[in-house]
Amino acid sequence: MNKVVKNAQVAIQDILDGMTIMLGGFGLCGIPENCISAMVLAGIKDITCISNNAGVDDFGLGKLLQKKQIRKMISSYVGENDEFERQMLSGELDVDLVPQGSLAARCYAAGAGIPAFFTPAGFGTEVAEGKEVRYFDGKPHILEHAFKADFAIVKAWKGDRYGNLMYKGTARNFNPSMAMAGKITIAEVEEIVEPGVLDPNTIHTPGIFVQRIFQGVDYEKRIEQKTTRPKV
Amino acid sequence: MLDKTGIAKRIAQELRDGWYVNLGIGIPTLVANFIQDDISVVFQSENGILGMGPFPYEGEEDADLINAGKQTITAMPGASIFDSATSFAMIRGQHIQLTVLGAMEVAQNGDIANWKIPGKMVKGMGGAMDLVASADNIIVAMMHTNKRGASKLLKRCSLPLTGVQCVKRVVTNLAVLDITDKGFKLIERAPGVSIEEIQAATEGTLIIEGDIPEMKV
Repeated sequence: MNKVVKNAQVAIQDILDGMTIMLGGFGLCGIPENCISAMVLAGIKDITCISNNAGVDDFGLGKLLQKKQIRKMISSYVGENDEFERQMLSGELDVDLVPQGSLAARCYAAGAGIPAFFTPAGFGTEVAEGKEVRYFDGKPHILEHAFKADFAIVKAWKGDRYGNLMYKGTARNFNPSMAMAGKITIAEVEEIVEPGVLDPNTIHTPGIFVQRIFQGVDYEKRIEQKTTRPKV
Repeated sequence: MLDKTGIAKRIAQELRDGWYVNLGIGIPTLVANFIQDDISVVFQSENGILGMGPFPYEGEEDADLINAGKQTITAMPGASIFDSATSFAMIRGQHIQLTVLGAMEVAQNGDIANWKIPGKMVKGMGGAMDLVASADNIIVAMMHTNKRGASKLLKRCSLPLTGVQCVKRVVTNLAVLDITDKGFKLIERAPGVSIEEIQAATEGTLIIEGDIPEMKV
């Protein structure tokens, strides 16, 4: 079994205009930088993106927004991107804001064969409008549906040709749930190792969820809010 | 009157040994700086870490280790890292003992609004809706009035809600107040602040029973 493809360009070559794509990451941490750049170059249009955030103006999903390649964003927090705000307020960009836990659970559910679930998050708010409400143990919950995504694109630290993945630090975030959820899941990793090198006890995403894997290049790993303390 | 640091110091007194605590962005983040020496608490950040430590030393930042405010952080000994679905299982499953978050408005029935100003500011709710819908113990940290001097403690929220009937306690620059069936019950006054000043800055029903002590911060 060998799921390795040459590079990002090859991995994304059958992503078509109008498709729905999940992209892992939290802020700029753990985002699939290589595939985003390849999608900009390929000029794929009218994309629906499911991603917790929308990048910043010139990095992450901001690069796709600048070229107006995204038609709709499904996210929980989009506050770091001026171009995003401009396109949203002008109506060029369709935006669906989803509570962060529901976003993660809707990805997980999609991969786990759970078509919908009830959650308390968002009851009594705009998020609940038009959704079924049911009480469990006297507490109101709203019905949320699993996402449907044509592709999921995730970023991991290490992986092997079977598609097994290991993440580093909080770059894990949405990546494991999204990896489970794509009809086709593409994983870009910092290092591809031989099968057996990754300890089976420490694999975060089992390879069964991954269809394509490649070793990325030139990771910038930009820090959004550099905060430090002085050495005493 | 308290400043933002003072609000954080007062909230730090609410923490108990052994608690897992989620701190929101802004004033709540400062609470971590004032934990009493004789207790041990673990901070959760909803992007996927339990045991969040202080900011790293200059030059030791790791792009792969951030908090939910996208700030570079460190991990304490005994920390654990997990994915977003697991993180919100902790939150939704009520494994977190205390949530501290900021707000634009709080209503006297415990409703909270902190994610959207229609037509002006739409950044998104992030994890706030999940946190307030599930947490048993929610403390709001905020200034008592907004930049125009208008009360943020209201009979009813005017902004789109983040959650309904969920806030338990509010700590502001002027007072500590509990949400009760009848309204905001005044628990403590900030140093040098009179009951009249608190009354004047509170649009919602203010309940004053007996002597109201001054906070010790």
